[in-house]
Amino acid sequence: MIDNQLAEKEITGIPEKKPRELTVSLQDAAVQLDNHQIWNNADINVEQGEFIAVVGPNGSGKSTLFRVLLGMQPLSQGQVHVLGEIPHRGNQAIGYVPQRRSFDPDVPIRGSDLVMLGLEGLNWGFALPGPAQHRRRQLVEESLKAVEATAYADRPIGKLSGGEQQRLVLAQALVSNPRLLLLDEPLANLDLRNQIAITQLVARLARANAATVLLVTHDINPLLPVVDRVIYIAKGKMVIGKPEEVITTSTLSRLYDAPVQVVKDINGRLFVVGLEQETAHPHEHDEH
Amino acid sequence: MGAHYLATGFGWNLIRDIQAQFQYAFMQHAYTAGAIVAIVAGVVGYFVVLRSLSFAGHALSHIGFAGATGAVALGVNPIYGLLVFTIGGAVGMGALGKRIYGRDVVIGIVLAWMLGLGVLFLSLYSGYATEAYALLFGEILGISQTDVVVTLAAGMVTLAAIAIMFRPLLFASVDSDVAEARGVPVRLLSILFMVVLAISVSEAVQVVGVLLIFALLVTPPAIAERLTARPGMAIALSVLLALLFTWVGLFVSFYLPYPVSFFITTLAFTTYLVVRLCIYFRQRFTKLSPA
Repeated sequence: MIDNQLAEKEITGIPEKKPRELTVSLQDAAVQLDNHQIWNNADINVEQGEFIAVVGPNGSGKSTLFRVLLGMQPLSQGQVHVLGEIPHRGNQAIGYVPQRRSFDPDVPIRGSDLVMLGLEGLNWGFALPGPAQHRRRQLVEESLKAVEATAYADRPIGKLSGGEQQRLVLAQALVSNPRLLLLDEPLANLDLRNQIAITQLVARLARANAATVLLVTHDINPLLPVVDRVIYIAKGKMVIGKPEEVITTSTLSRLYDAPVQVVKDINGRLFVVGLEQETAHPHEHDEH
Repeated sequence: MGAHYLATGFGWNLIRDIQAQFQYAFMQHAYTAGAIVAIVAGVVGYFVVLRSLSFAGHALSHIGFAGATGAVALGVNPIYGLLVFTIGGAVGMGALGKRIYGRDVVIGIVLAWMLGLGVLFLSLYSGYATEAYALLFGEILGISQTDVVVTLAAGMVTLAAIAIMFRPLLFASVDSDVAEARGVPVRLLSILFMVVLAISVSEAVQVVGVLLIFALLVTPPAIAERLTARPGMAIALSVLLALLFTWVGLFVSFYLPYPVSFFITTLAFTTYLVVRLCIYFRQRFTKLSPA
């Protein structure tokens, strides 16, 4: 079914909602950087509360998609709406966790300070004690409790493990109660146990807050239990659909325009085979 | 430098010693200007270390040197030359934003040339040696009342600027990607901070000179950050240390015929060494003790 739709470049499922009612909506969107098409003809609709994995090879434009949604990258063509509006910087309803190298071990800041900055880092001056500050402190504590990081929130963040740092940056993204969470490779550099723990944590918190999640990852497998749909970006093309529809031999072969095979092992894990010859979509920028 | 090795000797009644020192106007000016510079350096220095700008700060002081000597050659008060050149350099470096990292080779090349220019300007002016000495190593004992007023004014401007920028600057310094996505004007803050740094550097040159800026701008916050991870505490500690080094250095130099900046830098360095050793041994000790 999806093959025909791909061939006719139709979106997966006719949207019953107008673009402004969807959480994320891209219509015939394209991005160009330095005369280079990153992706084009993107038609994506994401509804409130969905958990979407964003997958694709390096350089395919996953981080670019995030930059577009955050209002930091304009489209060269088409339209995009986020939470019913044109994307703009400083949208407080979006929680963002960028692709991150870990913090310098000597950085003199605590996890709790980092989360607090997520709440008030935009305000000029410095915080004066009072009811507003007290309220903020409470929100920070709640956020830390939700990610189970209270025990180490007052230690210098650079000295914590990868998993602990990820929980803290997640707490920072969640503290302002966002309706949309954009997580760029939050599972990279984590061992499998932590990958699963963070995945479940994100899914649980997003459900509790009725937030929509877009999570960029290299490996779809830890996410299969919680993901609703997958956005797959490759060779300048973007498709969205259920994992069992998108991560298939036929869909990916069509996307890559090359003989690609999707293999499932007895545990249900998916492996994409045949991409060794594929190079990333050529680009000059340091992106994903 | 034997000029301030005076007949009044050191006694263990410190209050009396300080009173004796305060008899002299130049000492009053030195303590006051020194305090202002130390407080500013402690606050600004915290962000310098946080933003990994110590080399840029170093470069600014050398760029300032060319400005100061140029001013002297033109017969103008060197502080104006300092300010013009450092602020110019600051805007240039601030505009680079994150691209400044990895540019230390370019900065080093520019910095070396600035020193060369400075030497040229000095040779055009007849008071060559003393002027050079004062600019390179500081002449805190030669500060006039006007200088104190100017230093106070510049100090208040810098502290006010840091106070206003505090939260967004902290955010942009530790987490620039998220800060930018949240709407913090990261590039603008980068430039503004560099200008604030330029002014602080220009001030600090009077006390410790161009070559020893690090002693006040980098060592105190570097010590503070080893001892605490709370931003407020770290800044307070940094200021306290900078003040301590400056005042104790001044106090001691009153009785010994050696340059003030030597005492200040030695105090700073020794404290840093001691703190690091203490931390190291404490870690070793806690590892050895039974769990």
